[in-house]
Amino acid sequence: MELKVKTVKRVDGFQEALYLPAIFNGLKLTVQHFFRNLLGAKDVVTIQYPEEQRPVSPRWRGRHRLTRREDGFLKCVACYMCETICPAQCIHIDAGDHPDFSIEKYPVVFDIDELRCVFCGLCVEACPKQAIRMDTGVIAMAYSSRKRFDYTRDLLKDTYTPNQRTKYTNIPLPKTEDEALPNSRGIPSS
Amino acid sequence: MDVLIGILLIPTVQAVLKIFVIIFALVMPLATVLTLMERKWSAMIQDRVGPNRANIPFLNNFRGRGALHIAADGLKSFFKEDFIPEGADRFLFTIAPYFGFAAAMATFAIIPFAGPIGDFTFQITDVKPGLLYIFAITSLGVYGTVLAGAGSNSKFALLGGTRASAQMLSYEVFIGLSLLGVFMVYESTQISVIVNGQNTYWFGNLIPKWGVLTQPIAFFLFFTAMIAETKRAPFDAPEGESEIVAGYFLEYSGMRFAAFMLAEYIALVGVSVLVVTLFFGGYHIPWLHLWESAPQWLVSLLQFMKFTIFTFFFCWLQLQIRWTVPKFRFDQTMALGWKKLLPVALGNVVVTAFIILIAN
Repeated sequence: MELKVKTVKRVDGFQEALYLPAIFNGLKLTVQHFFRNLLGAKDVVTIQYPEEQRPVSPRWRGRHRLTRREDGFLKCVACYMCETICPAQCIHIDAGDHPDFSIEKYPVVFDIDELRCVFCGLCVEACPKQAIRMDTGVIAMAYSSRKRFDYTRDLLKDTYTPNQRTKYTNIPLPKTEDEALPNSRGIPSS
Repeated sequence: MDVLIGILLIPTVQAVLKIFVIIFALVMPLATVLTLMERKWSAMIQDRVGPNRANIPFLNNFRGRGALHIAADGLKSFFKEDFIPEGADRFLFTIAPYFGFAAAMATFAIIPFAGPIGDFTFQITDVKPGLLYIFAITSLGVYGTVLAGAGSNSKFALLGGTRASAQMLSYEVFIGLSLLGVFMVYESTQISVIVNGQNTYWFGNLIPKWGVLTQPIAFFLFFTAMIAETKRAPFDAPEGESEIVAGYFLEYSGMRFAAFMLAEYIALVGVSVLVVTLFFGGYHIPWLHLWESAPQWLVSLLQFMKFTIFTFFFCWLQLQIRWTVPKFRFDQTMALGWKKLLPVALGNVVVTAFIILIAN
C-alpha cells in the first residue's frame, strides 16, 4: 500500500525571514483580546465556582430533602420503600405511630448517609408519597468530619425553594411546590 | 536645621538618597506590580480570569480583584524553606541570585527620570562613558546565571546556565552594535547628551529628533536584543519546561527564587527605561519648550509623568510580546542573532555613517 503524503508548502521568503509582519499580526490579535477583556471580561467564560455555580436541569439529582404537608408534618409514611430499593443501603428509617389515625406511621428516625449515597434517584422513584425529593440543587457537601454527612430527619426536612442557578439556562423552572411535583423520575409535571 | 540642610547638599548624600528613592519608590514597586500584572494581563489576553482568590479573612474576605496575590506571593517566598541541594557549591549558590539582582538594579544609576530643577538632577549620576557603563553592567548580569547554573549541582541548571550565558554574551554584541548608530547621531555615549539631543527639532519646531525617528532600525534591533538579554520569551531558551524545567534557577527556592524572579522584572523595567531614554526622547516632552512661562517644577513633574507613562507602556508591550510570540528554539535564537541581527546592525551603522557624511 502506498503511503499518502500531504506536502505542506513551507512559506519562505523575505517577509517570513523578517518575522516582524507575523509578530505584528499576532500582536494585533492579542491586543484586541487584551483591551476587550480589560473593559469588562467580555470573552471570559470561566464560572467562579463557589460563588457562581453551573445551572442544573430541573431533574438533576442533588442532596435529598423530605417534603412536608401543609400542616408542617413530614409527608413520609415510613413505608420503607426507599430503604428497600436503595442500592447503596444508605437510608435508615425507624417507624413510629402517627397521632393522626388515618396516616398510621411516620418516621421517628430518617437518616441518610450522604457519603454512601450514589445519587441514583431510586428512592425518589420508589416513594409513593412524593416524600423524598432530590431537587435541592445542592451540588457538593463538604465537611471536615464524617459524622456530619449523616443527615438526620430534621436536617433533611426542608421547604421547597426554587433552584436559583438558572443564569445560563432557559429551561423554565417550577416556582411552587405544586408545579414541581414530579412524575416518576422527578420531571416537573407541567 | 542648618546642619541638616548642609548634609543634604553633599553630593554623595544626595546620590544615596536618590538611590533609595528610585529603588524603593519607583523600581521595586513597579517590578512587584508587574509580577501580578503579568499574570492578570496574560489572563486577559487568553480570555481567562487570572488570579483573584487571595483574600483577607478578617476583612469580609476582601479580595481586591487579585491585588493581594502580590502580598501572598511575597509572604509565601519569605516563609518557604531556603533549600540548598546536596553537593551544591554553597558560596556560589548563595551569591548567584544577587548578581543578577544587582546588575538589573545598576541600570537605573544613570537614567534621568526628569529634567533638572536648578542644580538638582533627577539622575543618580551622569557618568561620562554613559551607555558603555550599561554594557558593562549587563555583562555582569551573565554571572548571576552562570554561577547559579554551575553552583547548583544539577544537570538541568548547568544546561540552562550554559544556554543563558551563550545567549546573553551573543546578544550583548548586538546591543552594542545597534546603539552605534545612536551614538553617531547624537555624537556621544553620555546619557544626558543623548537625551538632550532628542530635544532638538527638524524643520524649526516641527518634528522632534527622537531616537526612534533618527534610528528606527536601531530601535527594533535594540528592543529585540534587550528582550533576548533579559531572557524573556520569545528568547527564553534558558528556561524550558519540557526540556530543562526552570533552567539555571531550577534548584532555587524561597527568597533566593524570589530574587531571581524580581531581578527578571527589574530587568524588564530596565529595558523599558533604556528604550524610552534612548529612543523616545527620555524625559523630554516634545514642544513643551514652546510654553515658556511654565514653572520649572511643573515642567519636571510633567516630564517625570511622561517618562513613567512611556516606561509603563513599554513594560506592557514587552509582556504583550511575551504572550504573543512562540518561543524560539535555542539554535534559532542564535541564528537570529548572528545571521540576521548582526548584518542588519552593521548595515545600519554603515548607512547612518553615509547619511551623516552627506548631511554634513
